[in-house]
Amino acid sequence: MINFQYVRANSIADAVNLIADDPAAKFVAGGTNLIDLMKMDVEQPTKLIDISRLALDKVEDTAEGGLRIGAMVRNSDLAYHPAVEARYPVLSSAIRAGASQQLRNMASTGGNLLQRTRCAYFYDIALPCNKRTPGSGCGALAGHNRMHAILGTSDACIAVFPSDMCVALALLEARVHVSGPNGARTIAFDAFHRLPGETPQRDNNLEPGEMIVAVELPSAGFASNYSYLKIRDRLSYAFALVSVGVGLEIADGRIKAARLALGGVAHKPWRDTRAEAALAGQAANEAVFRQAADIVLRDARGFGHNNFKIELARRAIIRALTQAANGTPQSQSNKKIA
Amino acid sequence: MAPYIGTAVSRVDGVAKVTGAAKYAAEFSAPGLLYASIVSATITKGRITRIDTSAALAVEGVLTVLTHENRPRMADKDEAYKDEVAPDGSPFRPLYDDKIKFNGQPIALVVAERSEIARFAASLVVVEYGAAAYVTDVFRRREAAVPVKAPANPSEALFAPPKPRGDADRALAAAAVRHEGEYYVPIEHHNPMELYAATAIVDPDGKLTVYDKTQGVQNIQHYLCGVFGLKSDDVKVMNPYMGGGFGSGLRPQFEVVLAVLAARALQRSVRVVLTRQQMYALGYRPAMIQRIALGANRDGTLDAISHDAITVTSQYEDFYRQETAWSGLLYTSANAKYAHRLAHLDLATSCDMRAPSAATAVYALEAAMDELAVALKLDPLELRLRCYSDRDQHEDRPYSSKALRECYRQGAEAFGWSRRNPEPRSMREGTDLVGWGMATGVWDAFQAPITVRIVLTANGHAEVACATSDIGTGTYTIMAQVAADMLGLPLDNISIKLGDSSLPQSPVEGGSWIAASVSNGIATTAARIRNELLRLAKQMPGSPLADVGSDDVALADGKLVSKRDSSRAVSIADAMRQGAVERIEQEETTNPAQDEKRAHNTHSAIFAEVKIDEQLGVIRVTRVVSAIAAGRILNTKTATSQILGGVVWGIGMALHEETQIDHTFGRIVNANIAEYHVPVHADIHDIKVIFVDEPDDSNPLGIKGLGEIGIVGVAAAVANAVYHATGKRVRDLPISLDKLLA
Amino acid sequence: MQQRNQPAGRADGASGTVSVNLTVNGTRHSLTLDPRTSLLDLLREHLDLTGSKKGCDHGQCGACTVLLDGRRVVSCLTLAVMQDGANVTTVEGLAKDGHLHPLQQAFIDHDAFQCGYCTPGQLCSGVALIAEGHAKTADEIRELMSGNICRCGAYTNILAAIQQAMRQS
Repeated sequence: MINFQYVRANSIADAVNLIADDPAAKFVAGGTNLIDLMKMDVEQPTKLIDISRLALDKVEDTAEGGLRIGAMVRNSDLAYHPAVEARYPVLSSAIRAGASQQLRNMASTGGNLLQRTRCAYFYDIALPCNKRTPGSGCGALAGHNRMHAILGTSDACIAVFPSDMCVALALLEARVHVSGPNGARTIAFDAFHRLPGETPQRDNNLEPGEMIVAVELPSAGFASNYSYLKIRDRLSYAFALVSVGVGLEIADGRIKAARLALGGVAHKPWRDTRAEAALAGQAANEAVFRQAADIVLRDARGFGHNNFKIELARRAIIRALTQAANGTPQSQSNKKIA
Repeated sequence: MAPYIGTAVSRVDGVAKVTGAAKYAAEFSAPGLLYASIVSATITKGRITRIDTSAALAVEGVLTVLTHENRPRMADKDEAYKDEVAPDGSPFRPLYDDKIKFNGQPIALVVAERSEIARFAASLVVVEYGAAAYVTDVFRRREAAVPVKAPANPSEALFAPPKPRGDADRALAAAAVRHEGEYYVPIEHHNPMELYAATAIVDPDGKLTVYDKTQGVQNIQHYLCGVFGLKSDDVKVMNPYMGGGFGSGLRPQFEVVLAVLAARALQRSVRVVLTRQQMYALGYRPAMIQRIALGANRDGTLDAISHDAITVTSQYEDFYRQETAWSGLLYTSANAKYAHRLAHLDLATSCDMRAPSAATAVYALEAAMDELAVALKLDPLELRLRCYSDRDQHEDRPYSSKALRECYRQGAEAFGWSRRNPEPRSMREGTDLVGWGMATGVWDAFQAPITVRIVLTANGHAEVACATSDIGTGTYTIMAQVAADMLGLPLDNISIKLGDSSLPQSPVEGGSWIAASVSNGIATTAARIRNELLRLAKQMPGSPLADVGSDDVALADGKLVSKRDSSRAVSIADAMRQGAVERIEQEETTNPAQDEKRAHNTHSAIFAEVKIDEQLGVIRVTRVVSAIAAGRILNTKTATSQILGGVVWGIGMALHEETQIDHTFGRIVNANIAEYHVPVHADIHDIKVIFVDEPDDSNPLGIKGLGEIGIVGVAAAVANAVYHATGKRVRDLPISLDKLLA
Repeated sequence: MQQRNQPAGRADGASGTVSVNLTVNGTRHSLTLDPRTSLLDLLREHLDLTGSKKGCDHGQCGACTVLLDGRRVVSCLTLAVMQDGANVTTVEGLAKDGHLHPLQQAFIDHDAFQCGYCTPGQLCSGVALIAEGHAKTADEIRELMSGNICRCGAYTNILAAIQQAMRQS
């Protein structure tokens, strides 16, 4: 780890000013990802701007009937927040599926959106990685790619975005409030994370110097018919091979509205509005779910070790939709798949 | 006073471990302690053509950067680097020369005032390499693998390949029912929780005290003396606690060489701690490709066993164990043949890992037996009973004891095996397929020469000393139990000293041999103490023990008591007062009798239940019963823990563990404990451990040892349960869910 | 072929220190530190509180778990300087007035450890788990303890120990 200057920001404006001075500076909040990457020499900020004490730790109702989550709200506090448990249980469930309670106690809401990939080639500075060192090549393409993406890949990068929480935020159509040198703006969740394309070094569409100040949830929480189903190599404390977040509105046995997003399959939480549209107005049955899964996976492509993810994702989508439709969401502690 | 042996005594080091008082190798300090960070090679094979340490040296707080170019003198003969358990070959020498033999090899050591500085400066060392071609994939070296030779080290004679019997080819060809299959176990890493570390303290007199993470302090001391030309008086090696070894600490690892190298170069105390990533450059369980062929008669008896194995080692040492010996040992079969070849890869040398050779070989054998049972339409347990052997099949000799039949019976009953529907995919629970599988386990019961010193003081306290280790196995506790019983003292009056190379001789802590060795060693020395007390007691005027022979007296409740007449007794205090001695010290070496006429083994029967989501392939191991026959159980509590741990390891081996190497780069790509999966809490459910009664007279206390037997067979039981649940036979471990989806 | 183990950073590895005040197990400490010092290294190297263990240094094993202002965290992934003013409880602070915490006693009773290296983290995590009140069933305890790896495989005994301490609390 290189040495760095440590400064603590006293306000959002202070934080934005501090980072504007120094392009090699980074914000730190929970630290669970950044400190890890600094120890691996993957991240080398010359200045750390500590924003963990900013008063962005509130979860508040919005006038539109939604919820505004401060960027510094800890993952565990959010997962167990009464309003989230009652109105957005898919978010609560997704958070509990990720990491460990210790890490969730530290990790911030904003930081969760900014997690970097777990790709082994990204993490090991002795190996090529276009995300870490643009132009050095992608070691995973012809290497160990069991954990890697099957959707939205490019020749430059097949890394996946590792967050569980963000899968739920994607399907809930969260909005990301940011502040920066040019003032405040709001980014739709789907427009926040990027696909790798030719610039895999850019995970998201934050502009230099911008910081996340809040994540806002609209009112629709899908609290009756939802599920977060995470499939992994051991039963807890492992990154997803595939995860599926689902929210349904069901009336008279028919799907009025559907939300569907996947984790572990792409460079961003993978939401498919075409599949959602195909579900809307249909009866909730397996044939319909299978059709939706086929739509989601229409362009899926494996790279060898991860070919199995396509079929796994298909089955997981059908299962998660079934769980949601039946009102039997996946438990995150009882590991029997509902 | 009731005996302690055989009871559920809580660990005597329990309070130290739950309060944080127990100190491990990286937790000892010294004035002016320096911190060192290792620079690791990023190529797999070749030479260092240039190593530039100037940027690292320029960092304020850096004292030195040691490389092969400027290191202090080290021995130049292989013999100096050969430790107590070294295999044939030329041991790796850290920082010795410019050669790169494996990726992650240590190539420089940065020593600084603080660990943060050392780590940063290590990242500034610039290395240029001349890279050579390499192979890290066992499947690419399959054809080039060479037959193992009988080991040169006499202590490794046990690992000589077994001799064939009968005509296995003919018997296989003629067999009524045959099964042949290829099974694969990947490279696995031990991943003990404690990072490898050594703290080398330069004492004021210039001598060294080295706290090292090791399973054998005297092995390390002897090794350091060889490598650095030291006298045994010059260096003391300590490991009062070890945060898990599982075989990885049997041989000296490079942290201790580097710590001592730096301490000697600077005449300052130095600590080296490996990163978790760097620990993947240590030894590992060798990957194993094995073909098993079984030929059976219609009645379910075996007629032929053939076991071909390829295991992995480095290019510079031939590490292997008795990989092919287990299959021919366990079941009655007139014909058996074996072939064991070594694939030399550009990796570090493989090494012992919990139940070395048995964990992997018995997995294949027991999975193959399950497949044979299917072919024979026979219950898998019934097949084992029909092939049961009361004699060691290699040497055609009886066992000193073998209660495996009782393991099968009690294990099956506790599990409810009789309710198993033999048809695969026949047992369901909602969306889950339920599978029940079983397997047998086997391991050796060894005893090694050991020396124990006991100092008894007149206040009825005893100190028991031996240079063995407690690597989490409970050695402190069983030593205290045995000593308390042998000396007739309360447990609290016993203090145990171990983990110090200056104590009486002990072998490395491994192979499940320490419990039997040290316990019988304590019994031997305690008998000498007793005899000395008797000598003193007899001198008392009107001694009630005047005419009592040494074999007719025991120590109990702080007294010497006649075994024939318990009213004739002399207290320890009185006897010592009579002799006007404050302390009695005895040190005795126990050389176990070599009983070659009988085989000495432990056995187990494992029954496992899995529940598998039919669509998604997610596997849960919901129940395991492990019934163990391992002679006398010294401590039912710590013994149960040993077996529980072995079962957890077996579950990990079956479902999770695999060191993944990118063969293009020769680099391990899951060199961490997030992506190298071992079981977590959520993976582990009900595990029942049964110890069956198994009296054994191989040693006076009837002890066989427990460290390995718990894992052997577990992976097969789980794999067989997966087959029973799904009808899919996955022969290459780990059984990750993708292998069930196809 | 030249390989530098990292792109050039600032080659002033020792320069710059920060001052940190925090309370550990009830004792207040004022220290001057390298800003890179993790909370774990502060405990182990500066305060000689070596009960908190370093098993991976990357938040993957849980051996370094401590209570930070009452919440369980992995102390390896937070910088000491970020915790200025915090109240930290380590395994050394669980016993009070010479009496073991009920969970410590339960660990001994149930033999919930072997090598002992993950134990301080398991204990701090278990103490926090009981206080959090989210875990009632065995499954819930297993899930919420899954951030603490025990390579010796003492999980079933750890579960039993936590259940015993839960009943007592």
